[in-house]
Amino acid sequence: MKGDTIAAIATAMTNSGIGIVRISGEESFAVIDRIYRSKNGKKTLSKMPANTLHYGYILDGDQVIDEVIVLLMKAPGSYTAEDTVEIDCHGGTLVMKRILETVIKYGARPAEPGEFTKRAFLNGRIDLSQAESVMDLINAKNNFALDSSINHLQGRMKDAVKKMRKEIIHEIAFIESALDDPENISIEGYENKLNKIIMNISSQIETILQRSENGELLKEGINTVIVGKPNAGKSSLMNVLVGKERSIVTDIEGTTRDAVEEQINLDGITLNIVDTAGIRDTKDLVEKLGVDRTKKYLSNADLIIYIADSSRKLNENDEDILRYLTDRKAIVLLNKCDLEQKITEEDMKKKLTEKNLSSPVVSISVKEHIGIEQLQKIIKNMFFSGELIFNDEIFISNVRQKASLQSALKSLHLVQHSIENQMPEDFYSIDLMSAYEELGNITGETVGEDLVNEIFSKFCMGK
Amino acid sequence: MPCMTENYDVCVVGAGHAGCEAALACARLGLNTIVFTVSIESIALMPCNPNIGGSSKGHLVREIDALGGQMGINIDKTFIQSKMLNISKGPAVHSLRAQADKAEYSKEMRRTLENTDHLTVRQAEVTDLIVEDGIILGVKTFSGASYHSKAVILCTGTYLKARCLYGDVINYTGPNGLQPANHLSQSLKDNSVEIFRFKTGTPARIDSRSIDFSKMQEQKGDQRVVPFSFTTDPEEVQIDQASCWLTYTNENTHNIIRDNLDRSPLYSGMIEGTGPRYCPSIEDKVVKFADKERHQVFIEPEGLDTNEMYVGGMSSSLPEDVQYQMYHTVPGLEEAKIVRNAYAIEYDCINPRQLYPTLEFKNIKGLFSGGQFNGSSGYEEAAAQGLVAGINAAMYVLGREPLVLDRSESYIGVLIDDLVTKENNEPYRMMTSRAEYRLLLRQDNADLRLSKKGYEIGLISQERYRWVEEKEKLITQEIERIEHVSIGANAVVQKLLEQHGSAPLKTGTTLAELIRRPELCYEDLAEIDPEREKLAPEVIEQVNINVKYDGYIKRQLKQVKEFKKLENKKLPEDFDYDQINSLRIEAKQKLNQYQPVNVGQASRISGVSPADISVLLIYLEQRNRSQK
Repeated sequence: MKGDTIAAIATAMTNSGIGIVRISGEESFAVIDRIYRSKNGKKTLSKMPANTLHYGYILDGDQVIDEVIVLLMKAPGSYTAEDTVEIDCHGGTLVMKRILETVIKYGARPAEPGEFTKRAFLNGRIDLSQAESVMDLINAKNNFALDSSINHLQGRMKDAVKKMRKEIIHEIAFIESALDDPENISIEGYENKLNKIIMNISSQIETILQRSENGELLKEGINTVIVGKPNAGKSSLMNVLVGKERSIVTDIEGTTRDAVEEQINLDGITLNIVDTAGIRDTKDLVEKLGVDRTKKYLSNADLIIYIADSSRKLNENDEDILRYLTDRKAIVLLNKCDLEQKITEEDMKKKLTEKNLSSPVVSISVKEHIGIEQLQKIIKNMFFSGELIFNDEIFISNVRQKASLQSALKSLHLVQHSIENQMPEDFYSIDLMSAYEELGNITGETVGEDLVNEIFSKFCMGK
Repeated sequence: MPCMTENYDVCVVGAGHAGCEAALACARLGLNTIVFTVSIESIALMPCNPNIGGSSKGHLVREIDALGGQMGINIDKTFIQSKMLNISKGPAVHSLRAQADKAEYSKEMRRTLENTDHLTVRQAEVTDLIVEDGIILGVKTFSGASYHSKAVILCTGTYLKARCLYGDVINYTGPNGLQPANHLSQSLKDNSVEIFRFKTGTPARIDSRSIDFSKMQEQKGDQRVVPFSFTTDPEEVQIDQASCWLTYTNENTHNIIRDNLDRSPLYSGMIEGTGPRYCPSIEDKVVKFADKERHQVFIEPEGLDTNEMYVGGMSSSLPEDVQYQMYHTVPGLEEAKIVRNAYAIEYDCINPRQLYPTLEFKNIKGLFSGGQFNGSSGYEEAAAQGLVAGINAAMYVLGREPLVLDRSESYIGVLIDDLVTKENNEPYRMMTSRAEYRLLLRQDNADLRLSKKGYEIGLISQERYRWVEEKEKLITQEIERIEHVSIGANAVVQKLLEQHGSAPLKTGTTLAELIRRPELCYEDLAEIDPEREKLAPEVIEQVNINVKYDGYIKRQLKQVKEFKKLENKKLPEDFDYDQINSLRIEAKQKLNQYQPVNVGQASRISGVSPADISVLLIYLEQRNRSQK
């Protein structure tokens, strides 16, 4: 565990109202001093009394990120009973994320899931009777965070990080085996080789960090699933939304046998759209697997777009889908409104009411581009009204993963520093190991006996 | 039939490196102690390599010494060559290694045991544990005699159900053809102790008259020898040293080995035990590292009064005829005559996760164990555990607080914590890479780290401890002083810097800053530091290291502070973790099985996640508050 001051976004990640970034721990005031500037530029927050509000700006160096109000709380008079700073900023997700990243850059670390509550409890701020629920919360949140961050890690990022870890552990193992068996393994002139390897890995990390600015590390955004029975027009809708031919579109039922994912941007709102295999009772194994996955996607979705074929009557497959919409944010589309309608908007609304659903219903024709703009407008309204909240854990995971990459990079720089200062080789492995651990946080791998295993499998030593 | 019965405070089973330390610690603390050995001649026997120390093992010996153990003193009296390894590397990995005169080492230790008050040495095979209601009451020997005691320490080494193998030859003996202990395993099983089967091996011994040393490189000891023990006068160890010799295997050697692999019990499946990866037999090396053209072979004397030479690097369990063929391919060994064959040895040991960090069995009160019996390997690892088991058996009998060293204060702590906490399926060997705070756990500061504990236990004299306190004071004062001595960029200073190939000063600095330059040290700067008082070399050494590596040391100290937080959170004994619903199932199972003593130990068990640790912390807090 490094650093004892934690930070997180305390409000829901919606694009509405105000957002709060909270910092807790010994260094809270030091961190805010580094990034806060008052209107006249003269105020130092750590010198201000507790429980006061301060108007000003959050800066990363010279760059103003947002206009904010900062609330100062001193230990033990806060939720966690530690020194706490709350930054009330504008509620945009991007703004909140920028502020959180800045706070981390200047000395805090991203909070583990449930960590504020954990501290509050350990510091006596939460009633004893709530201990059970605090414990439940911690493991549930952690499992969720781990699942979502690892599931959302982009394949090539994961491969790149794993490859870097492999290189690093190999170098540590070499150093360690040379230290352990100096008469057998020589390490003369090794620092030049190591320096090259580190420069290479560092530049790879920098590249990943740059990409992560564009959300390429984890798939951020609103998980949107398009669902409907076969040949209702799911893939065509996806293609229209994405603006290119993506899914194979045919008139044959069951063409999309597996889910197809795309990311689109609707006026600043990122949607991860998944076009799924149509839900129908099937005996075709491959297709069945696709249907099973669709059901899994449905359970993780932030928004479900149910597309019905209005030129055909509803059948048991539609009934099946409607069951999944209970308690979910959904939009119902009646596609093929250019053809003769077997179901009208009124029919559908009645059907939804019977099932206690209140999703908006829109008639569209994907083929004729009718109603698409209205669909986009509904999505935007849902988001800006706060009705639609996306999986904020992924957003936070992204911040955590970036922090891990930055720490790894810092550790690698320390190794280079040791090399420049002509420190003996055993000093290199200390920081190399830290880099290895940090990168492991991204792929969800712990260290365990990795080093000892690498030493014995790669280097021949011993009597 | 009437049988002998005797009463003691402590019974120690086995007089190898662990047993000797255990017995000496108990007897020196005034407890009536008996130590059993299957053969009086095998006290402190070195059945494998003729060295004490080496990378990280040298650290262990220093720590044993700082706690009041015997190993360092014994090797200082009986070594025939000594080297400080890794001298060009950082101070944390400097490690002493000495060649021992094996017979003298054993004899000297026997003399020490025989001349220690309250200590009885007894040749007998212990066959049974006397246990009632989960409490140890003593042991029985093969003759039927009973020895009642308050505590028992098992240090049976590689003797339990031992068998030695090469080719298709199996000898049901302990090391060196000694009598094995065939009965105790059953008694352990009857007391619900889980047994593992491990394997290790040793190379052949060769008659020095049959070796052509002119084909080998001579390996000499250090010019100036550093003693292991903090109590040894450095002048006393400046002796004429024996030489070791270096040669290499070649393709011929490897071909012979490859051609005969099917005759090795390791590869034919005859050996069931798990062998250590760090101490591979030559056949393992040839198979696993097939691209290596040659392997080093060290020819080391077994003593001054013997012609036997140890063939380091070529342990094997190949048949006798293949051993001859393969050794004869090595330059200098063409005419070699084997005195003792190489062999692999299999033996019973325990799953050490059954032990508390005090080395007491979790399920049998008063029963302790140390050494290879606990699944470790190496003389030094054995001695370290033997000492801790001995101290804790004594503390148990005396009703005093046990000694538990943690990972941030000693290699011994790392060793024991690894053994009792981590999954380990091969004989465990110490390595510096296992110590995460190794910058702080140096061999040079073992006395500063551990003498206080040794003194409090009662194994270190007051006089010795006073000097450590004095030394500590001098070090702190001197560091404080040089951090504040200003050095100006004057001609004298610039000239001195130039002499040492160091860049000239642009502005003033402090003495400490100059010492931090890689090319300079404390001693170099005497000329520009007129107020310096004369200090002992061991004080200067500490000043140099602490000033030079200040940044790194501070970082590790910060990590230790974090580490201690979890280490200080004690967990209840015999606790049912199923009670804590929010733990994941795997964590519940592991915690129930291991019963860790504190949250730190729990966090190192594989299968216990950081979130589980958070849950444990909340649970402990809840428990504390509801007890108030």
